Amino acid sequence: MFNGVGITGYGTYVPRMRIKIEEIARVWGKDGASLSKSLNIKEKTVAAYDEDSCTLAVEAARVACRNVDASKIGAVFVGSESPPYAVKPSSTVVAEALGSTPNMTAADLEFACKAGTAGIQSALAMVACGMIESGLAIGSDTAQGRPNDVLEFSSGSGAGAILVGKEKVIALVEATYSFSTDTPDFWRRSHAEFPKHAGRFTGKPAYFKHVAGAANRLFQELGTKAEDYDYAVFHQPNGQFPLKVGEQLGFEKEKVLPGMVTPLIGNTYSGATMIALCAVLDVAKPGQRILAVSYGSGAGSDAFSLSVTDEIENARQPVPVFEQIKDKEYVDYALYVKHRRKLKSL
Amino acid sequence: MKDALPLIWRRSKERYRLLGNRCQSCNQAYYPSRKICSKCRRASKLVPEEMPKKGKVISFTQVFSAPEGFENEAPYFLALIELDNGVIILSQIVDSPSERIVIGAPVKMVFRRVFEDGSQGAIAYGFKFKVE
Repeated sequence: MFNGVGITGYGTYVPRMRIKIEEIARVWGKDGASLSKSLNIKEKTVAAYDEDSCTLAVEAARVACRNVDASKIGAVFVGSESPPYAVKPSSTVVAEALGSTPNMTAADLEFACKAGTAGIQSALAMVACGMIESGLAIGSDTAQGRPNDVLEFSSGSGAGAILVGKEKVIALVEATYSFSTDTPDFWRRSHAEFPKHAGRFTGKPAYFKHVAGAANRLFQELGTKAEDYDYAVFHQPNGQFPLKVGEQLGFEKEKVLPGMVTPLIGNTYSGATMIALCAVLDVAKPGQRILAVSYGSGAGSDAFSLSVTDEIENARQPVPVFEQIKDKEYVDYALYVKHRRKLKSL
Repeated sequence: MKDALPLIWRRSKERYRLLGNRCQSCNQAYYPSRKICSKCRRASKLVPEEMPKKGKVISFTQVFSAPEGFENEAPYFLALIELDNGVIILSQIVDSPSERIVIGAPVKMVFRRVFEDGSQGAIAYGFKFKVE
């Protein structure tokens, strides 16, 4: 489909602070242990007071682009649902920080949790048609959740960046297919501070239908099946859904677990599939195949079939995702509220 | 920080990626950039150059009484950092346990919000450092 175009670099950033699900539950009088178990999330990342989705994106981008001439990056896409500005792109800040400006294009994308993979598809198409030499897609969020809402127990912060090009490809993109419908499972209205969601409705007609829809469409178009893949990456709104959809599609748990970061950092929204894919690229061996399927509420999924090349050994990020996650400092609910600016007076 | 927009824009490149310059006549590096090399004067040949993103702490202090706009971040650490090319800069130290902020500690650059022009104004981004 893309004639030798694929992933040429990747990088992730995970903020250092953590809050345990049990600590959030303590404040709201809930049973933290059972909540943590039902979500399969132990703790989540907390971005610092001076961090936002734009700074997270820059950090991930710098890792992904550390070995390339930044002036050759012809496009930068930042996908996020927590941009620091309602109007003014983060992508130009990222491009300026990398040194890619001015002869390039940049855009911020929004599609709930799948805006990062939408960026990968755009960059792939632009490289494949010869419009640019390489393009960068980033998924980055300081995910919001209304205090005491179930989202507050799952929404974390983090960013993943994927560089796409034709030279020194570490994972060839065999194909990508999407599955999209108008499904109102999760939204945030203009000027509203926190998103709303449709509770249990976010499961079957939303997440499972679209993730399975995109994966099955890809299987059909490529003539592949679950057994043909060594790893499966799915969007991770919690620690249960990706395991369940993996099972439905015929994947053994062992193929899904290498990308399961949400139990340790929470749902990083646009960053989630990107970081999970990067965690798999940290360990995947030449010749192995990866299925990656994002999900964004509203709703849609992008599925990718990737084939890892020998170049992977020269381009792994210096600190693997699960090592980055180990560097942490716990905060209590009061400090979490301060750093995430949830106090109205701040 | 009122009416800071021209300042934010003018300094974005140097703040985003530590863009300074170096004199081609005497090889002295400068951050922030200088118009004239203090050694070579009229013979200055300054060209832009990114500074290394790593260095070490040569002195530090902790700020408890923060200036306007930084109150919510106090107490915070400020340090003089000698970059790997010998250039010395002043920076905030973040994301580092206080016991690890010592003279000689190796540090690396991180990208953060530096200040913002109120809740409606522009956000200035730039470098800070963390202990490695």
